[in-house]
Amino acid sequence: MTKIVSENNDTSRSQLDPTLSEVTNGDYKYGFTTDIETDILPPSLNEDVVRFISAKKGEPEWLLDFRLKAFRYWKTLTMPRWAHLDIPEIDYQAISYWAAPKKKEGPKSLDEVDPELLDTFNRLGIPLQEQKALAGMAVDAVMDSVSVKTTHREKLAEMGIIFCSISEAVKDYPDLVKRYLGSVVSYRDNFFAALNSAVFSDGSFVYIPKGVRCPMELSTYFRINASGTGQFERTLIVADDDAYVSYLEGCTAPMRDENQLHAAIVEIIVEDRAEVKYSTVQNWYAGDAQGRGGVYNFVTKRGLCRGDNCKLSWTQVETGSAITWKYPSCVLAGDNSVGEFYSVAVTRGRQQADTGTKMIHIGRNTRSTIVSKGISAGHSQNSYRGLVKVAAKADGVRNYTQCDSLLLGPDCGAHTFPYIDVQNDSAVVEHEATTSKISEDQLFYCNQRGIPTEEAVGLIVNGYAKEVMNKLPMEFAVEAQKLLQISLEGSVG
Amino acid sequence: MKEKLLEVVNLHAGIEGKEILKGINLTVGPGEVHAIMGPNGSGKSTLSEVLAGNPAFSVTEGSARLAGVELLDLSPEDRSHEGLFLSFQYPVEIPGVSMVNFMRAAVNAKRKYLGEEPLGASDFLKLMRQKRAVVELDNKLASRSVNEGFSGGEKKRNEIFQMAMLEPRLSILDETDSGLDIDALRIVAGGVNKLRTDRNATIVITHYQRLLDYIKPDFVHVLYKGRIVRTGGPELALELEEKGYDWIKEEIDNNAGEAAK
Repeated sequence: MTKIVSENNDTSRSQLDPTLSEVTNGDYKYGFTTDIETDILPPSLNEDVVRFISAKKGEPEWLLDFRLKAFRYWKTLTMPRWAHLDIPEIDYQAISYWAAPKKKEGPKSLDEVDPELLDTFNRLGIPLQEQKALAGMAVDAVMDSVSVKTTHREKLAEMGIIFCSISEAVKDYPDLVKRYLGSVVSYRDNFFAALNSAVFSDGSFVYIPKGVRCPMELSTYFRINASGTGQFERTLIVADDDAYVSYLEGCTAPMRDENQLHAAIVEIIVEDRAEVKYSTVQNWYAGDAQGRGGVYNFVTKRGLCRGDNCKLSWTQVETGSAITWKYPSCVLAGDNSVGEFYSVAVTRGRQQADTGTKMIHIGRNTRSTIVSKGISAGHSQNSYRGLVKVAAKADGVRNYTQCDSLLLGPDCGAHTFPYIDVQNDSAVVEHEATTSKISEDQLFYCNQRGIPTEEAVGLIVNGYAKEVMNKLPMEFAVEAQKLLQISLEGSVG
Repeated sequence: MKEKLLEVVNLHAGIEGKEILKGINLTVGPGEVHAIMGPNGSGKSTLSEVLAGNPAFSVTEGSARLAGVELLDLSPEDRSHEGLFLSFQYPVEIPGVSMVNFMRAAVNAKRKYLGEEPLGASDFLKLMRQKRAVVELDNKLASRSVNEGFSGGEKKRNEIFQMAMLEPRLSILDETDSGLDIDALRIVAGGVNKLRTDRNATIVITHYQRLLDYIKPDFVHVLYKGRIVRTGGPELALELEEKGYDWIKEEIDNNAGEAAK
């Protein structure tokens, strides 16, 4: 089953500016904290906390009920242990479930946003200021638990596009939220989904009406700032018939000695002939070389291709987090619908990642593509876990899975756990896997041409990951390339 | 005194404890072409790898100065920046890394070393266009991955293209003629000749006279058992072509035998 194949040579982005050489510093560059007054709830988790969050946000009764049901269900569960991860015991009572940057009222314009906060996002390279955002990106920034500012709202609203924080959506579009919230990821889905459903604080909401192509990239930046807090955001994206949207998610966190919990849910609904592209560059703090600190990233992401002839594409570049547990999935219910998953997961130091996807083929002639590129260095453990499931009535299904591992150094591990469950004989399911190393000959060749080893590793790794990087929107791709380079500095040599 | 570009003195080197180079002395002046010939296993490729700084080999004695700078103290990339170029016998493939990104990293690393600003994208692409013409490579080159899916001839042309881009002081061509048909050989040799100036120099390592019909050497050296045992003009290559290496081997081995007695 396993064979060594040389990589597909995709050249469409060959003119891309190789900014790799500009990067010289291997430290986690987003490890600053912001000195902002924060409203923070004392650590503990009980029904009162759930009620407090709901009350703080002025939520309607149905949403409080949803939270309470989720919380009561969560109490019956134990943390999943099936992943190839060594997860320390987590004391859920020791976490604060509400941390919000202090403010009087919601900011009406950027002038009212705390300048410290704006500075934070500026340092992260997030174009919060409208003039900078004119380049074509609408941004929703979530700091700790609360959405800080959504840009470009008016312009989008003219087209009927809704892009706002989920708290605002609950107030302004309760029917839409009520219809879709929990419809793809039920609170009963898993331990972390139940937890998130009980205590989620904020997140982004997107609705693209029938026949509208969203003219700009929609983007959310998540940042954990307050110490000892968890972040539980929730993203809900609905693309109605014939709609199109490309959505970007970026994540950073400051360096902290203790671990921080991040348990998010992303739900996507794709109707007839609609298309959603969801791209993630995840760079949460990964902990130090000894494995102290870092973010636990336990995320449930799933899209439902409900309509016929629709498409959902996940692209992720995962370089951060101490532990990653994450399987962005596609439920291909509509006939002829298409699911894609493109992933680069980098682990180094003591990082652990167990990530992959689920492609659930229910509709006829549904197609899915999975391209997973794992890169392991240091003492890290990197696992791909994927499920391709074909239901009995799903005729004419096709799946192609390519699963590659690149090892840097002798102490890391790469693992592959592909699950294939086919109930229909007409399905064609392909799985290819490779494992490779960067050779001494390749490094010497680069050195001889004047390229230092660290930069050579960056080039080679970016080449290896190119198929996935090419799927990212342009402005993200450059950032992601730099990130790959930085995250592997010091891994070879 | 005659100017020296490369001066190798009593160079000893080997791999995994086995000595391969046993005291190489070689001086190359600017504008010169030197051919190094010799039977298999005599140390020709080792000499080129050692000069370029391949970490698989260890140097036990001697020195190698390029334009007065001791190469043996430098990392492989700094040797490159100082103007040493090695055209590999077997150029390695680097999947997914486009030639344009690879060369841009190489050119800008050198510029950085020399304290120059990096080359902008359009200037760089212009330079690439000019230089690929030297070895008749087409415009697909920029987007192709380094050596991946290249034919034998294309790989060697790609080596000379990189040489053109980096404008080295000293180029070592390691068996550049191996695996080339006559047309590819003509293109590669033509490229090398176009790049010759009175300031740079070339060392051609080859088994055969054939390449030397196209790249005319000023000096021909015979390497045998880790030493340069003969040096002559172009006529030495012709003599070797005609008579093979056995007569030299016998002479050397007999002398060594005599000396041992």
